Amino acid sequence: MKPVRVLEGRAVPLERSDVDTDQIIPSEWLKRVERTGFGRGLFSEWRDDTTFVLNQPEYAGATILVAGARFGTGSSREHAVWALMDYGFGAVVASSFGDIFRNNSSKQGLVTVQLSASDLDELSTLVKDNPALLVVVDVEKLVVEVPEAGWRRAFVLDSMTQERLLEGWDDIGISLRRVDAISQYEATSHAPSLEHVFDAEGHAHSL
Amino acid sequence: MARTLYEKIWDDHVIEGPKDESALLYIDLHLVHEVTSPQAFDGLRLNGRTVRRPDLTLATADHNVPTDPLSTPITDPISRRQLEALDENCREFGITVFPRGHENQGIVHVIGPELGVSQPGMTIVCGDSHTATHGALGSLAFGIGTSEVEHVLATQTLPQQKAKTMAVVVNGTAPSNVSAKDIVLAIVGRLGTGGGAGYVIEYRGEAIRNLTLEGRMTLCNMSIEAGARAGLVAVDETTIEYLRGRPGVPAGDAFEEAAARWRTFVSDDDAHFDETITLDASDLVPYVTWGTNPAQVVALNGVVPSPDDSVSSDERDTISRALEYMDLTPGTPLRDIPVDVVFIGSCTNSRIEDLRAAAAVAAGSKVSAGVRALVVPGSRRVKNQAELEGLDRVFIEAGFEWREPGCSMCLGMNPDILTPGQRCASTSNRNFEGRQGRGGRTHLVSPVVAAATAIMGRFASPEEVSA
Ligand code: SF4
Repeated sequence: MKPVRVLEGRAVPLERSDVDTDQIIPSEWLKRVERTGFGRGLFSEWRDDTTFVLNQPEYAGATILVAGARFGTGSSREHAVWALMDYGFGAVVASSFGDIFRNNSSKQGLVTVQLSASDLDELSTLVKDNPALLVVVDVEKLVVEVPEAGWRRAFVLDSMTQERLLEGWDDIGISLRRVDAISQYEATSHAPSLEHVFDAEGHAHSL
Repeated sequence: MARTLYEKIWDDHVIEGPKDESALLYIDLHLVHEVTSPQAFDGLRLNGRTVRRPDLTLATADHNVPTDPLSTPITDPISRRQLEALDENCREFGITVFPRGHENQGIVHVIGPELGVSQPGMTIVCGDSHTATHGALGSLAFGIGTSEVEHVLATQTLPQQKAKTMAVVVNGTAPSNVSAKDIVLAIVGRLGTGGGAGYVIEYRGEAIRNLTLEGRMTLCNMSIEAGARAGLVAVDETTIEYLRGRPGVPAGDAFEEAAARWRTFVSDDDAHFDETITLDASDLVPYVTWGTNPAQVVALNGVVPSPDDSVSSDERDTISRALEYMDLTPGTPLRDIPVDVVFIGSCTNSRIEDLRAAAAVAAGSKVSAGVRALVVPGSRRVKNQAELEGLDRVFIEAGFEWREPGCSMCLGMNPDILTPGQRCASTSNRNFEGRQGRGGRTHLVSPVVAAATAIMGRFASPEEVSA
């Protein structure tokens, strides 16, 4: 993935809590075998509604999504992250996130910024009152700020996630460097192999 | 030091480095399905990587498969492409796969346990958030995203942060009309959709011990609905007897040896949990969800709640929005709400015991006029067993559709979907907006409440059918 250090852009206030991944990208979009093109499906059930915030011209081109509590709960579909990024978002700010969604985001370089509910409200109000405001998410310093409004808050990322974002590291490559330790572990593992359970056609060998 | 079950499995699987916080964990079993894997296999090819342990990887077609008779071709070209991609990827990388029509095919969380490949003490992952289902066998099982699927394919490991532990203790004996589904709906209602976030839940207490293994699967299945990535139940004789004789476990003395090891997968007596929640099973009743998240639960005997019941304005908004989407009026008794569709199926409630319980309610009655009722067995093995017992006849005579196994109307990726505005009583696990089809309205219930609701045409308990 690409390294992410500082994101600067306008933000869009979603003002909804409990936005689950079924709402971020409905299941009809999950049939694709590609990794691209999901932006068109982002929040697709809401986008028919002309009053939906993403349809407002003043928020067009925003790159930071300001959500509510428990953003990205539910299904493990990484397609939710692909959809947000394909649409153009680089960061999501919320007061809490679904675990798997947060994990998936960190693998793709989507920054998840967790703020307290009151800080989130403040940010939401700022960008609602003035959609043109520039918001800065700094992964290096772990702060989110609206310079024009003199508003600035710190956020937390675990050091592994922060490092990966900053360096653009591929997790698999990191783990594969420990292949000797993995082999050593396998020599003592209790995991039963399926080789002795199923034949080449997947039929269970009878006992 | 005394350890919880979770900590024991965690310690057993740390490959190297400190045993706490963040570690590289070995994965014993990786289950794969067609929806979250194609991009992972692509990633492997792009980077010239292989699957490290195809023999610890097992794939099945479930999310996308039509539940029409097998002779019907798959008309949706994108679904067909995805199913073909799964077959091709598995062939290319040497992974055992159960395609549509295979004797072992079924919903990934139904087939792992029923084939006996999900076993106590294991780490099990799948690109699916309901992987915790396998925790019923005393394993650490959790859902992952596609990047992590690729990671496990390539390395058979996953970097993980250690979770906090929560004991959910259900004391006492549940009334006879309260099923495992009702227990978990009560728990999710109590914890809320975020209450379990960051925790691994161990379900404990007399009412849990009294559940069958399949009931424990229903319970663990919905851990994610409370925000927890994993939920598990300690091994006991119910676990051992469930596994005996299944294809994936050894036979004879080797089984007894394995069982002796499995019996150690329990929390030590004085193990410390970071959080403990206690419920009394005798307080529980049959539940129905009324809203658009699984924590919005109310007793079947109850009424639709009102936004005014809540103190916070945030919560009032959430309730109002849910009521609007669900087209419900506060104060309406649940029993007065008519349904259009009943779905019995999904990895929560599509196993043989679920079908037996639903069939017992449906036997001799007729599905209410105008209601469409579907029964979708969780796997081909479940379907075959049900047909052996004549359950298919019971359902068909009562006016239910008896369909081929798969995820079906749980998430509406195949042709089984709700049309906008339709109301459905569903034994699945998510009532999110649009989950079962755009504009569809989902109420989560147990299999017996689903069957009774199909017969009565409105939310109903089994006693009303026989009355
Ligand atoms: S039945 Fe539903 S919840 Fe279970 S794996 Fe399939 S889609 Fe997911």
